Amino acid sequence: MLTVTSRSTLAEMKAQQNKGLLARHPWHFALLVFALVYGWSFMKLEVDPIMFLKGFPQMGGLLRRMWPPDWAYIPAMIGPLAETAQMALLGTTFGGILAVPTVLMAARNVNSNRGIYLAARTVMNFIRTMPDILLAALFVPVLGVGPLAGAAALTLFSFGIICKLSSESIEAIDPGPLEAMDAVGSGKLSQIAFAVVPQILPQFTAHVLYVLEINVRVAGILGMVGAGGIGMWLNTSMALFQYRKAAAIILMFFVSVMLIDYASRKLRERLI
Amino acid sequence: MIRLENVTKNFPGGVQALKDVTVEIEDGDFVVIVGMSGAGKSTMLRCINRLVEPTSGLIYIDGVDITKVRGNDLRKVRAKIGMIFQTFNLVKRSSVLKNVLSGRLGRTPTWRALLGLFPESDIELAIECLDKVEIRDKALVRADQLSGGQQQRVSIARALCQEPDIILADEPVASLDPPTSHVVMRDLKRINRELGITTLVNLHFIDLATEYADRIIGLREGELVFDGPASEVDEKTFAEIYGRPIREDDLRGGVVEDSSTDELAGSGAYSD
Repeated sequence: MLTVTSRSTLAEMKAQQNKGLLARHPWHFALLVFALVYGWSFMKLEVDPIMFLKGFPQMGGLLRRMWPPDWAYIPAMIGPLAETAQMALLGTTFGGILAVPTVLMAARNVNSNRGIYLAARTVMNFIRTMPDILLAALFVPVLGVGPLAGAAALTLFSFGIICKLSSESIEAIDPGPLEAMDAVGSGKLSQIAFAVVPQILPQFTAHVLYVLEINVRVAGILGMVGAGGIGMWLNTSMALFQYRKAAAIILMFFVSVMLIDYASRKLRERLI
Repeated sequence: MIRLENVTKNFPGGVQALKDVTVEIEDGDFVVIVGMSGAGKSTMLRCINRLVEPTSGLIYIDGVDITKVRGNDLRKVRAKIGMIFQTFNLVKRSSVLKNVLSGRLGRTPTWRALLGLFPESDIELAIECLDKVEIRDKALVRADQLSGGQQQRVSIARALCQEPDIILADEPVASLDPPTSHVVMRDLKRINRELGITTLVNLHFIDLATEYADRIIGLREGELVFDGPASEVDEKTFAEIYGRPIREDDLRGGVVEDSSTDELAGSGAYSD
């Protein structure tokens, strides 16, 4: 009879576990699968390293045609740039406002109603699967070409990310105060206001600021599908081969993103 | 008067925390419930304010069975019962005053609570409650700035702010050092005497139980195995309740001269 005694070697114990070939060599199998998937992807996409290298000088040519940027174009672009920032700001704000009730309903430690919980989770997960550009492309035919469609798309996009980040922080809060509020006979909303909000407010605000940073970038390209903002102008100047104008737009955008990131990061550091 | 009638609690998974417990507590009594961890002390306390739903049995408070009440009626029952927890269960990021005021949530309309518009009389009451536990001057300090002993006194003030008929204290000193434990027990006892609030305290330290209790109830494996005045209790009784000889760590030890010793609290020197 086979028995593992206290003096069995590790190899003997492994042999005793009587696992299949796959279970005994998981890493080898994982590598094999990766190799197959990568090889298949390269062939499918016709990735050609020579082509890739040949394309590089073209990039240099593009950069040369962009330089110097058309500085005179900048004043005309301040309006569209502001519009981009406004889209990002509105989208983040409304997304954040919509996220608050949803995220509370989607936290098991706050909402004990299983039906509402599942409904909130479903809405969250569904909206999160939609990429930003797709949302914008869906809103343009409904709300018309322009920043309104962009702001609407960013609202849903922000809603998705804020929900995802914040529902995890809500479920991780200290349950003690929740229990204490139950014990004093508090109603659900008062309990949320006194025991949940103070615990998650710093993280929630940090998440909203982080989403604002993402939204400024996203707002910059939404114009390419007609959803307002500076992306529309960038698209046009590229299509008309006005590379120096495009360069001015890209530079302006670059500087604004840096400034907003910096301000947001400083604010977030103070919060946590 | 509180009356538990054949109260049984089975937790999912087959753990029987309370077995057919019948007991009566007179108004104004200071009762200590002793037993080892897992004996059902905490479950018994939490059945009285329905933080735990008894599986069977009835619980009368002033002649009214509270095991069936729901919604607003349950909130009204809980509003009259203060609870003190081992881990204080304060909202750490909120001020002491806000924590104490949260004791009023059982009687505050939701709109007032959400806007933070407590009546002037509630705020005065909250300050008065802080005065009763001698930390009035900490009202505007954030709760996490206080020592452990001070935090437990804030939670006593929160319970007092409910203007309760009953106070339930679940291992109120288990997170505190010996001198602070005595300060908190003395506060509870004084409040019981001065205001006539019926007080039930769970303890596993037998020296604290005999020193402060009027009456001692012993639980072992969910069964009531002792019930009598504290004066009748000696080490043998405890050995019977615990089902084993009494050990060093069943004693809290330490005697306190005056409340200024509380400043030692939170230093970690004695903390367990």
